Amino acid sequence: MQRYFRPENKDIRENMWQEVDGIVRVYRNKSGGITQVLREAQDVVGYLPVELIDYLAAGMNIPKSEAFGIASFYSLFSLKPKGRHIIRICTGTACYIKGVKEILNRLEQVYELKDGETDSQGRFSLESVRCLGACGLAPVMVVDGRTYGSITPERVMNILEEHP
Amino acid sequence: MQTSSRISINDREYEFSPGETVLEVARRNNIFIPTICKLEGASPTGACRMCVVEVEGARSLLSSCWAPAEQGMAVHTESSRVVESRKTTLELLLSSGDHKCLLCPATGECTLQDLAYLYQVPGEKFAQREVPYRMEAVNPFILRDFSKCILCGRCVQACQDIQVNNAISHGYRGIDSKIVAAGDRPLKDSDCVFCGECLQACPTGAIVSRDARFRPRSWQTTAVRTTCPYCGVGCQMDLHVKDNQVQRITGAKDSAPNYGRLCVKGRFGFDFIHSTQRLTAPLIKEKGEFREAGWEEALDLVAANLGRLKDKHGPDSLAVLSSARSTNEENYLVQKFTRAGLGTNNIDHCARLCHSSTVAGLGSSFGSGAMTNTICDIENSDVILVTGSNTTESHPVIATYIKQAVKFHGAKLLVVDPRGIQLTQFASRWLRQNPGTDAAWINGLIHVIIQEGLYDQEFVQSRTAGFEELQNAVQDYTPEKVEQITGIPQAEIIDTARMYAGANAASIFYAMGITQHTCGTDNVKALANLAMLCGNIGIQGGGVNPLRGQNNVQGACDMGSLPNVYTGYQKVSDETARIKMARTWGVNDLPATPGLTSTQMFSPAGESIRGMYIIGENPVMSDADSNHVKKALKGLDFLVVQDIFHTDTTAYADVVLPACCFAEKEGSFTNTERRVQRVRKAVEPPGESLTDAEIVCALSRRMGYCMDYKSSEQVLQEIAEVTPSYAGIDYPDMERQGIHWPCTQPGEKGTEILHCTEFACGLGNFQPTGYQPPAEQRDEEYPLWLTTGRLLYQYHTSTMTGRIKGLNTLAPECVAEISPEDAESFGLTDGELTRIYTRRGSINSRIKISPRAVSGTIFLPFHYPLAAANILTNSATDPESGIPEFKACAVNLEKLE
Repeated sequence: MQRYFRPENKDIRENMWQEVDGIVRVYRNKSGGITQVLREAQDVVGYLPVELIDYLAAGMNIPKSEAFGIASFYSLFSLKPKGRHIIRICTGTACYIKGVKEILNRLEQVYELKDGETDSQGRFSLESVRCLGACGLAPVMVVDGRTYGSITPERVMNILEEHP
Repeated sequence: MQTSSRISINDREYEFSPGETVLEVARRNNIFIPTICKLEGASPTGACRMCVVEVEGARSLLSSCWAPAEQGMAVHTESSRVVESRKTTLELLLSSGDHKCLLCPATGECTLQDLAYLYQVPGEKFAQREVPYRMEAVNPFILRDFSKCILCGRCVQACQDIQVNNAISHGYRGIDSKIVAAGDRPLKDSDCVFCGECLQACPTGAIVSRDARFRPRSWQTTAVRTTCPYCGVGCQMDLHVKDNQVQRITGAKDSAPNYGRLCVKGRFGFDFIHSTQRLTAPLIKEKGEFREAGWEEALDLVAANLGRLKDKHGPDSLAVLSSARSTNEENYLVQKFTRAGLGTNNIDHCARLCHSSTVAGLGSSFGSGAMTNTICDIENSDVILVTGSNTTESHPVIATYIKQAVKFHGAKLLVVDPRGIQLTQFASRWLRQNPGTDAAWINGLIHVIIQEGLYDQEFVQSRTAGFEELQNAVQDYTPEKVEQITGIPQAEIIDTARMYAGANAASIFYAMGITQHTCGTDNVKALANLAMLCGNIGIQGGGVNPLRGQNNVQGACDMGSLPNVYTGYQKVSDETARIKMARTWGVNDLPATPGLTSTQMFSPAGESIRGMYIIGENPVMSDADSNHVKKALKGLDFLVVQDIFHTDTTAYADVVLPACCFAEKEGSFTNTERRVQRVRKAVEPPGESLTDAEIVCALSRRMGYCMDYKSSEQVLQEIAEVTPSYAGIDYPDMERQGIHWPCTQPGEKGTEILHCTEFACGLGNFQPTGYQPPAEQRDEEYPLWLTTGRLLYQYHTSTMTGRIKGLNTLAPECVAEISPEDAESFGLTDGELTRIYTRRGSINSRIKISPRAVSGTIFLPFHYPLAAANILTNSATDPESGIPEFKACAVNLEKLE
């Protein structure tokens, strides 16, 4: 039955649907399980397309509106496709004073990358964050989980070029 | 425990009961505390901070909607600290968007505007926030203006807690917060069912009706309280009228059964009242064409023809179809005219097609064929068994009570239905029986309950008769056998039986899925057996509750628009009743043999009928096997049809008489829970149209039987006089809220729950029934089952809803629901046009591949004249009640090239 009613989405391949169904099976009868299901499904697909949120809600037998409310509330979830590499740049007070704005400008010039968005090639996603707790190293950037301190626009360019 | 609990509010002392909030104590004592987010019927959220009060000794202000009253608490509701806080809150709310009132349709009923005025807040303190969300106006009914949304959350509570449609929720966070449907899609692409509860709950102009802009505002209209003209729930509502036009409709918050709730049809489906297509003058057919005529001419013609046929062929050559849409008073007059004026018992109405099997089945089991319990009583049920009822679409407001019982009162819902109806999402158990196998699964449950000794022995012994016969009859219905017949796994049968029997109070709700079978009466009796076996009759939260489909189908039955009974189900064959009626009606005698049922009128038994008078019914669309009905109507010598619009049936008429709709007359409707409620005149009728009462009285006078009444109230007085169950019902007592019959003495409150100490027939009768398959079986030529039913957005034969643009935007055409497996085997794709055919005829319809459909069965709505499902249905009837088998016949379909 399920195969007839899987919504169409180009980013979700057949093997992903199977994984998603497996996740739903695990949490189906656990109250409050939807947050876990959303997180794990996002790990499978890379982000949460609204069709997938609807599908998960139906699988968990909770209102679709509620699932969307949760998915859109937490910054952990992304409703848009993510780039291959996630850049987090701190815009907290220390980093701001140390010139993070120029770095953001450079990213926009070079990669047409704006805060909260993904470039058109799907290479980078940029998220500004407030304070990574490393103000001594300001300005600070995290690429795919690796932290870089005392960055400058030039250094950022060099680092990113190592992330094809 | 303290003997008295007191708090002081504004230096005066008040008593409170434990658990009461400060706000509740204040409101009870008429002390004003402003609120915005607090929604009646939902739990407080404390979101808006308007209801803050100062409590002596407390560090900060407290939200009174949340704060429980405590012994010795000293509260100030308008201290300067409180007022300052409210002013700041209001300033912030006013800066949250574009709160200009001049062009806002909510002006005059906007809580934000009222409070800004009260606390003299100009809204200039903070800069106005740019709202990033555009207005949404892409659906026919609801306009969402996010620039006026203050995120109080009332609409979300209305949707999730009151109607339990769960279509909207809070989305995003912080400054981006927005009330969203799933996927932040427009409402029309979401789970929204356009009940408009959010609109009624919105305290500002953020959610208004689509056409509210530049319509008259609240203070320019007059509200007329009346009863909804659609389904049998009987929602109380206010028609807001200006310039002889109904401008909008709101649910009556202070009245049962709906307490403010309405569905899309009730709230938005009123444009038909002022449709230009209304019939406005009598029409006489000449040479195949209708021409307008005066009332004198038309009525003379009708009287002459009916009189001629009566004289020539006898009174039984005439037949009358009364209307479940007309008032009680009108139905009373119509059957009085038929019996005393025409001299025949050939009167019936569409209850024959929906619940005649209930009237017969529950009548013989309990002595009364109506809902045993009330709508509001649903909240007292521990287990609710719903079968053969797509409640969320056919009785949306009753469905809200069921969903609330599950969501908030911990009730367990058991759904037995082949279709994956919406209620299954709320169900603890969903059993999917094969079409037409209801008696088998019900007997299966009874078998298990008896076998395991789970039944209520005391109730069975003291209140019922026939237990041993029942025990013998269900002996064979072992779970194994029931699984074979119904397709329901035996473990589920056993489990469900235990759940039903294990409940303190379990209620049963059913509708056409049970009744519209050739074994409909037996199905009903089987449900009655199940309920009695577990002692679920005569108690709160229990009962057997047939959900009736039309606004006044209960009333039309009560009034004796049936061939075998007078008002209050007094049998025409009973001499005492007949003599009483004849005396009241001023005639020497009345016919003693029951007349023909509506299904008989169109069958060979009805060949003796030469003339028919059809009031507010559309048998060409609504009766099984339409082609057969058309042939019967064509064969009549004379047909007069009385309606508010042309229908498929008026085409066959010799004379068409224009009638008034519900908004144009006084009277009463009796809803599905036996509650007699007022209908009040709000606007003048269009053109020359008259009420059904005026027309039938005028016709009767012409035919030599005088019926003369000053008002509908006078008619009700006569009804009360001759009807024991209505004896205590009068307009003054109904003024504020309707009354449940039986109400046998003036001044009595009526009876909410039937059969509490004794059944209407003394002992309840167990009437054993057996499984009997549908009259027509699937075969090679017709390999699928066809079942028919209703949609939310259309109503019955769509005479009214078909004229409402918005409803037709949402449900424009007939779509057959088919399972993916069947679609695959027939080589069909979603949305494809098909020809659907049975032994009786064929229609063309698009298909929808739906997860709701069960494989082997297609579902068709019967609303659409262009694809009239009843061309296909089988007119085989239940022998006891005469109800046709709408719910199961054999069908085939093919791709239309």
